[in-house]
Amino acid sequence: MIYEVVIGVEVHAQLRTKSKLFCGCGTMFGLSANSQTCPLCLGLPGTLPVINRVAVEMAVRAGLALNCTISANNLFARKNYFYPDLPKGYQISQYEAPICEHGWIEIAASEGKKRVRIRRAHLEEDAGKSVHVTGMNGSRVDLNRAGTPLLEIVTEPDLRSADEVVAYLKGLRDVLMYLEVCDGNMDEGSFRCEPNLSLRPLGQREFGTKVELKNINSFKFVKDAVEYEIKRQTKVLNEGGKIHQETRLWNLDRGETAVMRSKEEAHDYRYFPDPDLVPLKLEKEWIEGCRKQVIELPAARMQRFVDDFALSEYDAGVLTASKAVADYFEACVKLFNQPKTVSNWVMGELTRELNNSGSDASASPVSPERLVDLLRLVEQGTISLKAAREIFPEVYSSGKTPEQIVQEKGLVQVSDEGALDKIIEDVLAKNPTQAAQFKEGKQQVLGFLVGQVMKASGGKANPGKVNELLKQKLGGVLYARPVISLEELAQQQPLNTDQAKVKFQLTNREQSVIEHLAKGWTNKEIANALQITEETVKEHIKHIMQKTNSTTRTGILDHVFNS
Amino acid sequence: MEITQQEVEKVAKLARLALTDIEKAAFAKQLSQILTHVETLKQYDTTGVVPTATMPGQMNVFRPDMVRPSLPVDSVVANAPESVDGFFVVPKIIEDRQPL
Repeated sequence: MIYEVVIGVEVHAQLRTKSKLFCGCGTMFGLSANSQTCPLCLGLPGTLPVINRVAVEMAVRAGLALNCTISANNLFARKNYFYPDLPKGYQISQYEAPICEHGWIEIAASEGKKRVRIRRAHLEEDAGKSVHVTGMNGSRVDLNRAGTPLLEIVTEPDLRSADEVVAYLKGLRDVLMYLEVCDGNMDEGSFRCEPNLSLRPLGQREFGTKVELKNINSFKFVKDAVEYEIKRQTKVLNEGGKIHQETRLWNLDRGETAVMRSKEEAHDYRYFPDPDLVPLKLEKEWIEGCRKQVIELPAARMQRFVDDFALSEYDAGVLTASKAVADYFEACVKLFNQPKTVSNWVMGELTRELNNSGSDASASPVSPERLVDLLRLVEQGTISLKAAREIFPEVYSSGKTPEQIVQEKGLVQVSDEGALDKIIEDVLAKNPTQAAQFKEGKQQVLGFLVGQVMKASGGKANPGKVNELLKQKLGGVLYARPVISLEELAQQQPLNTDQAKVKFQLTNREQSVIEHLAKGWTNKEIANALQITEETVKEHIKHIMQKTNSTTRTGILDHVFNS
Repeated sequence: MEITQQEVEKVAKLARLALTDIEKAAFAKQLSQILTHVETLKQYDTTGVVPTATMPGQMNVFRPDMVRPSLPVDSVVANAPESVDGFFVVPKIIEDRQPL
């Protein structure tokens, strides 16, 4: 028999309020037992709950983002049952009128995009935690979590596979985290999921008997548990057995689900409206106010990055995967309107440092302002791109400004014409032959001269400026040629190294290396341009030196261009 | 509307109340009277009347999302029959957590 898998999912998402749903106790995770409790969340007599406004706002924001209808009239109900971590003997929840209803979320399924309907999402309070210590008489109860606001989000039975369940959960978690209404931490129980699953013969309309799965705290376990349960139910049905309506817990160690131990009559919850809480009537303006706070969701933001910043879908996808990163990127672009450059830095240098230190873009020690300061130093020619990349880890870890580090390390490029003039004069005086050759029209010698100036300046001269100044100095006696930059030259006509190639019996690759050397490029830049490793570039240069009988890089250029 | 002794026992069990046979009989009678009264009330036409969940007539009472000091842990467990390291100690739980 071929069965169709039918799955619905219940998620309990902890809302990121500072205080609990009905009292002022804090909601921090991991504090010492019962240190965040008060008479109200301990369920002591004589206390009265008052609802947290922010929890309601967060629930409405989540509902709007999940395309739900928001109920104007909200009631709270008591769900009655006994368990040691539920001090009042009832949980305050919503029963008849959930705050959000009839929504949907789109997921990527195997056959394309698929809409998963959200049946309802309602506000309720969390229970405490019971700890069972083996070998101890009795169980221990910590009520720190009791009363923390939860949004329970329930889908229609629209999911058909473990992969779809995972896609739904990831999508939902992204939305809640993006809205900053839930921290999404599955380990700490801030985002708990309970799939319910049934099988029915393919083509049958009626649903089979469903089983609820619990104790699943990672996406991997969700997939494992759902796949296990599909196999288990298929086997039972194929052997002529019956599925019992029950709750089964995922046992990680055994890799299987097992029936939860419980008492039958415990499931009679006897819901009734909580007389301690006054009704909640959400006015239209109030809901619209929340709608304004529903920020752009990841998919929409990605498209906007592509449209507005001309980024590739890949880059936009990486940047918008985390709200913190996307916010950081946008803050930078506001200050420095070169989206592609900013995107490269955020996805490259910044992400590397954040990953290394296990940090998040929202807590980056390098603020958007500071990163932009660094980018401006490059843009203004104060430092080279290479130097900027090199000092970034220090900008990140030291707390110093980019300017401070540049000064300390003496990385400032010499762009000052007076200082460069002197160096250029020296170089021209030492290389009269090449200077003369350039004047005669051998434009490629410029590269050699730029290289000499760079060398004389200890690598600190601004190459663009050197180019410009050299051409000014030599250009006056050019044979009425228009003055063009070396880059333009390289684009318009390849440097003529053909003679040298024949003379020194150079390979094609060696010839390319020489042409790049002439532009004053570093080994790394040459390696990038030729798509080879730096080691290989060094090898080529070694061979070229042997063939041209040179001992230095400038020596190579000297021999090649004088040949 | 007649409430049987078995129904009283079920409700008492859900509320974790231990009742004697005399009490069971007494509550069966009282609960029957209450339900009979409700049957009487049901005769009135309440079409268009919004069900009343609370009496004060107030609406939208909120508190700001502000953390206020909690109780000292010593006070929290002061009245507990047993506690360890700030935890309440309860009889060993053998059933699993019920669905929230």
